[in-house]
Amino acid sequence: MVHAFLLHTLSPRPGDAAGPCRLLYSRVFGSERPDVAPEPPGLQELERERLGQKERMLVVARQVDTMCKLQQQVSGRPAADIVLQLPDEPMSLQDAPAGLFRLPAGDPFGDRKTVLWLGVLSLGFVLVCDPHENLMLAESTLRLLARYLLDHLRLLGPGSDIVLKADKTEVILNKVLPHGQLLFLNDQFVQALERELSATLPK
Amino acid sequence: MPSSLAFVAKYIGQVHWDARPEELRALGARAAALLQQPEPGAEAADCLRRILLVVAATKRHRKLDDKFVDVLERALCLPKCPPQIQVLCAAILREMSPSDKLTLSCHEIQETKLLSTVGAILLAQGNKKAAALAVGQRVIKVLEGRLPEGQSSRHLLPLLSQVISVFPASLTEDQTNVVNKRMVDWLRYASVQQGVAQPSGGFFSTPRARQPGPVTEVDGSIATDFFTVLSLGQHYTEDQWLNMQAFSMLRKWLLCYGGEGASSPSSDDRSEVDGSVMSMVSATSTSSRLLPPKERLREKAFEYCQRLVEQSNRRALRKPDGDLQKACLIEAVTIMDIICRQDSSYVYRTLSCLKILHGRISRDLAYAWALLPIAQFFLNHSETAAVDSEAVYKHLFTRIPAQLFHSPMLAFEFIQFCRDNLRVFTENFSIFRQSFPNLFKFLAWNSPSLILEFMDLLPALLGPDTAIEMLHLLLDLPCLAAALDVQLRSASASASERAACDPAAKPASCLEAFRHPLYRSSFQYLLRTEAAPGDSPERLAPLRQLLGSVANSPRVVQCAETVPVLLQLFFNTASECADKPLINQLVLVLLERSDQLYELPAFKADVHRVLSSQLLLLCRLHPSLVVELSKELLEFSGTVGNIQNKEDVYTYVVWAIGEYMSVSYDKRCTVEQINRFFEALEAMLFEITQLRPAASGPPSSPRVIAVLMTALTKLASRSQDLIPRVSLFLSKMRAFVQHPATASVYSEQDSEEILTRATELTNLLKMPSVAQFVLTPTAEVAGAESQRDTHAALPAAMKMVSRFMERGAGFVPG
Repeated sequence: MVHAFLLHTLSPRPGDAAGPCRLLYSRVFGSERPDVAPEPPGLQELERERLGQKERMLVVARQVDTMCKLQQQVSGRPAADIVLQLPDEPMSLQDAPAGLFRLPAGDPFGDRKTVLWLGVLSLGFVLVCDPHENLMLAESTLRLLARYLLDHLRLLGPGSDIVLKADKTEVILNKVLPHGQLLFLNDQFVQALERELSATLPK
Repeated sequence: MPSSLAFVAKYIGQVHWDARPEELRALGARAAALLQQPEPGAEAADCLRRILLVVAATKRHRKLDDKFVDVLERALCLPKCPPQIQVLCAAILREMSPSDKLTLSCHEIQETKLLSTVGAILLAQGNKKAAALAVGQRVIKVLEGRLPEGQSSRHLLPLLSQVISVFPASLTEDQTNVVNKRMVDWLRYASVQQGVAQPSGGFFSTPRARQPGPVTEVDGSIATDFFTVLSLGQHYTEDQWLNMQAFSMLRKWLLCYGGEGASSPSSDDRSEVDGSVMSMVSATSTSSRLLPPKERLREKAFEYCQRLVEQSNRRALRKPDGDLQKACLIEAVTIMDIICRQDSSYVYRTLSCLKILHGRISRDLAYAWALLPIAQFFLNHSETAAVDSEAVYKHLFTRIPAQLFHSPMLAFEFIQFCRDNLRVFTENFSIFRQSFPNLFKFLAWNSPSLILEFMDLLPALLGPDTAIEMLHLLLDLPCLAAALDVQLRSASASASERAACDPAAKPASCLEAFRHPLYRSSFQYLLRTEAAPGDSPERLAPLRQLLGSVANSPRVVQCAETVPVLLQLFFNTASECADKPLINQLVLVLLERSDQLYELPAFKADVHRVLSSQLLLLCRLHPSLVVELSKELLEFSGTVGNIQNKEDVYTYVVWAIGEYMSVSYDKRCTVEQINRFFEALEAMLFEITQLRPAASGPPSSPRVIAVLMTALTKLASRSQDLIPRVSLFLSKMRAFVQHPATASVYSEQDSEEILTRATELTNLLKMPSVAQFVLTPTAEVAGAESQRDTHAALPAAMKMVSRFMERGAGFVPG
């Protein structure tokens, strides 16, 4: 199962108007707490859990940011944010920087996780997977998610728009990765999903 | 109401913004009012979006009014709630979780979509166990019963999957049997006719619709057997959707509930072999109806996987389907592995299937990824089947890394596979260790993402037989990265670029050199797939130089940055198990390679630093090496160029000579040896203090001078005829630091320190027996503690003696 999905900004090259990496959207499907808790947790503990979750997402986002920069250095391509794109051209994700790495147990999640990431237009799309997940399927799911989010959220504008369209993100996520479940979608299933999405999402 | 962008900037930009809950309350009140209208519209949605933004974007809990939470919950559950509003309400409730304010419950919910929405919120709450039990129970109940009109089970399976992930022991045996039975139907008996297009409103097809045909395979031919995720149709029926979803969660389901008793998904532990249950009934389709639900599902799941393996042999018409075939193959093999672990009677059927599969895909690089679960299966079950699977591993380790090092995903998976099976590989299969040159290609190419993994792998690959070769390889890792790049570029170069190659002329570029007779065998050696201990790495020197032209490429630089930490790990591991002869060899390699490094300045500096400190470590472990390698050390310490090129290493070599060249560390140490070293070091010190300033060459660092002085003194204290010579030399140090050439480069502090040290040493030599004691503590006296502090202890001891002498003997002339 996918433990979490994140969307965050990729910080620009050093020298540009710098901003730290910001979390734009995150959704956690799995649980961090150990299975056996004797009593229901108190209010403070709940707060701590929620805060802990947010912090962990940020830790992942920052690591992806670093990895993406290293990858871009190596590929010799310009930073994603200066790629020119005509408004109606379909987004090409073929050459987008992508990669994966492991997070050891305890750092920051209780169990070991695998992080899969894709960088497009100064945005990072990230799946945090449980170990021994079908990574090939996870990768194609991530690309599908990115494609839909880029199309439906019209992300050519300033990045801050994404946070105001969180409901669209939710709808897309619910279709492609329901409850964190990776789906074995052949091309026809994908087209069926696309039809359903177009019908549901307001223009 | 502030404009959208200003609003966003305010909240996004200030994550820890703590003030003014009134604004949130105002928003909440407005949203509540809008939601309570009969048809909440765009304005309500807009308001909810802002609230969601505030709640989600901030870390500290934003206090939402209890009444407002209540409004949200009620709006969510209204049957007529517009989907957009429902999504927003659910998101807000989820984002504020875990919380104690929620009163949602799933007990009464009949609508599957609402159950899915509410279930997700409940599973985000604090008490996971209670939530999972409640939601799981409700899902099973709905699945058991007859679904009302217009409801779809599609919403239920992913929710169930999330339930068992959050809390694996959520379901009772009866409940799991309900699911087992349903899964058999969905997986095995889905319709093989295509669905019809759904008109926008209703769920049922119009009678006038054209009768659809059967589903097809990915290559366009009519489906030959039951429906799977690799069956294509223009439109899909409900049960076909369920087939796809059921397969998608099958692996997790079997791991959780397929074995004996409920087990958690974390027992996806490859080394665990479940207690085998010999199936008494032979598993054919007819008699399988007699099997209990769990075993029946196992049988059907196995058939499904076999069908997928067959279907992956077809040539997909569309690329995405081709990619899915590979993912399906991996999943199918993994599930078959799990099934075999839960019931070993399946092993023989699986083996025959996988042997054929392996034969089919082993030559096809596009399917390389699927070789990993196949190899894992053989690792888990070959004992049961008494099958020799060495050929599988040999193929895996010798061919795949060499061909596919450049694929980050495969590299990652391959290395995880190694890490997961480390113990088995190191104990049973020599091919693993022998393939270390191949495995390091993954690291050389994908350094940032794999360095962490190699910290685990390196100690396992390191053995007495591979240590020396591995040290050379680590020192040449950036070269390997450069060579791999050349290899890739050569493979994609056009035929004309490859053809023209004049053996007489020197190659103009790395690319040309790749095929040039002068360099070809060096490239082959560097890019070898197996350990070759007999070959000598010295022949790489010309290639190393040639590849220096790409030293600034980012990939090479990133690779070079991992080397120091790997070297550290290498020496830490080696020192634990190396015997004395091996330590000697390591020191020799260290000395020899210290000036045969890839020409990358930061890399060389870092490597020298590590090598120097490791030399220290090795000497401490095996002090006699100074005596055993005296010839090489003499040569090294007597070469003045070494002071310039590798000052770090030189300093520590001299220190080691001074420290360990003594009878108390090795009885074989002779006076002649001490004298020989003395003469060599004296000549060095002479050259850099007397000759250099005169010739106005750059002066050496004060540290080198100090360590030379100290080493000479130490040696003299053991061979006391030498004392007058040293004292004479030390007395000349004042002239040295006062020389204009030196004074202009050294700081005043440096000059002072040299002089002070010279004075202290001179004072010490005035009392030869004390000197001997201070400068050569016996191995027993020194003990483990002070050994570590030798650097600190000696200067302190010398200061103490010196002060004592000055106080006692009066003023000491400089």
